[in-house]
Amino acid sequence: MSLDFVNLANVVISGLLTGIVYGLMALGLSVIFGVARIVNFAHGEMMALAMYLSVLLFSTFHLEPLFAVAPVAVIFFIFGYVLHGAVIHPFVTRPEHSQFILLLALAIIMTNSLLILFGPDARAVSLDYLLEPIELGPLLIDRGKLYAGLVAFGAAAGLFTLFRFTHTGTAVRASADNWLGAKVVGLDVKRLYALAFGLGSACGGIAGCMMILLVDLTPGLGPAYTLLAFVIVIVGGLGSMTGALAGGVLIGVSEALAGFYVAPSAKGMFSFALLILVLLFRPRGLLGNKL
Amino acid sequence: MTLFLFFAYAGQAWNIMMGFAGQLSLGHSLYLGVGAYAAAALYFHFGIGPWAGLWLAIALCALLGAAIGALAFRYGVAGVYFTLLTIAFAEFARIGLDHFAWLGGSGGMFLKVAERDRVELLNLRGTPAMFYYVILALSAAALALSAWLLHSRAGYYWQAIRENEDAAQALGINTFRWKMLAVVISAAMTALAGVFSAFYYSSLFPEQLFSINRSVEIILGPIIGGVGTIFGPIVGAALLTVLAEGTNEIVVAFGWEVPGIKQLIYGIVLFAVIVFLPHGIWSALAGKLKVRE
Repeated sequence: MSLDFVNLANVVISGLLTGIVYGLMALGLSVIFGVARIVNFAHGEMMALAMYLSVLLFSTFHLEPLFAVAPVAVIFFIFGYVLHGAVIHPFVTRPEHSQFILLLALAIIMTNSLLILFGPDARAVSLDYLLEPIELGPLLIDRGKLYAGLVAFGAAAGLFTLFRFTHTGTAVRASADNWLGAKVVGLDVKRLYALAFGLGSACGGIAGCMMILLVDLTPGLGPAYTLLAFVIVIVGGLGSMTGALAGGVLIGVSEALAGFYVAPSAKGMFSFALLILVLLFRPRGLLGNKL
Repeated sequence: MTLFLFFAYAGQAWNIMMGFAGQLSLGHSLYLGVGAYAAAALYFHFGIGPWAGLWLAIALCALLGAAIGALAFRYGVAGVYFTLLTIAFAEFARIGLDHFAWLGGSGGMFLKVAERDRVELLNLRGTPAMFYYVILALSAAALALSAWLLHSRAGYYWQAIRENEDAAQALGINTFRWKMLAVVISAAMTALAGVFSAFYYSSLFPEQLFSINRSVEIILGPIIGGVGTIFGPIVGAALLTVLAEGTNEIVVAFGWEVPGIKQLIYGIVLFAVIVFLPHGIWSALAGKLKVRE
């Protein structure tokens, strides 16, 4: 194999694994957007919160991110559930821009609280296995990325199962399809919305835990990830769970390729260009059903 | 005061699009940045002064606004999707300019700073007082324009579209054309704010001009003051300025000088306003005082 090809393969694999984590993050946003009807403009900020939490767990209890996933997911589920019940629910019936600004305010509060508490310096977890890539013939696979991708994939599969095969999951999907109808047949829509918001937050939490294996953490990451999550959800197709995952992988790979062949700082431009094209020519997204 | 008027002006420009016509843009930093770069580039590379350059800035931004509006409205991109489209264009421009060396790239572009005590109105170089009067005139003009627009034919059509677009269309209003008008006017006005900021600060960085934080700063004033009102953006900008100065004093007095504290307070204020006064402070106040616009 030529060196060019090996490079290409390495870049694609790395983008693919990162993309699955992106996909899980976007899946959380998609659930919140699609079911709870909330434009969660604080999604990336919640993820940054989870990243700090997992750094703290690591530095105080030596709990490494792979094992911190479970407690972080539980904490974020409760966080999302309570946040929705306490603050967000009254906004469900308000105009979209009102919601948008509420979540924006929450996002600004979260980002700057993190900045005040932890300072602007970058943080990371140092684990031995992050430095030992797996050699597969000529290919090098980063262990952190591999584990992160696998965990994210597992979490996404779990969410699929929950929505597809459990009673609660069916009820959540029903209230997403037609909330008036769901109310008529006696479902507690407010509780189901809060549940969806909690599940979406938990997805963001897990994605955050895994992301700490991939990037250095600064308080400013939140807004960037919020935008990224929206780009992915819209590219993949709103309301489509597979769409969110596929969109994540697509963006992950295109970012990796752009970062390698053009310039690392230019990679965002390709994502936004993709978003603009999709919005204009296929507004329902690549795998979305209807608008 | 100059900063207060700057945000009052930019807020009024945004308010025409969102407050009057109901199209939420979170990408107004695009017009600010393009306006600033257009006028600054003409001055920097060709020595053409801002009074000529502002026409290029207005033309470019109106064109950009028209292009984004036409694409979005033609293809039925509405609501949240429209907002995200505006963000996407602004972010695209930000990253693009970071890599565009002719305009300074991410390192920024710097205009020659003249002696601060000589007023050179022709090149918009001079004392802070001169800038103050320039932005005061702009804000006053924007206020007059907003008041006139709101009670013109276009204003009533916009409000009809904002309240219920389908009903407006059913009544025979060409919603596409009127929404386009709102975007173009708003973009062109914001372009002037960009030209002003380029010459006021004399330095231009894509990270600052095009960043989403800039767009958020622009919309804070009108939202806190009252979206869709004539005086709301001004009241909001004034309150924010007082708040910013006040927090500065408090932060310094108590020795809490940590990065982020100002933004944290902004966030809390924004949160409180949207939860408790969703129509803005001016609307609540005007209701109490029985002032009609």
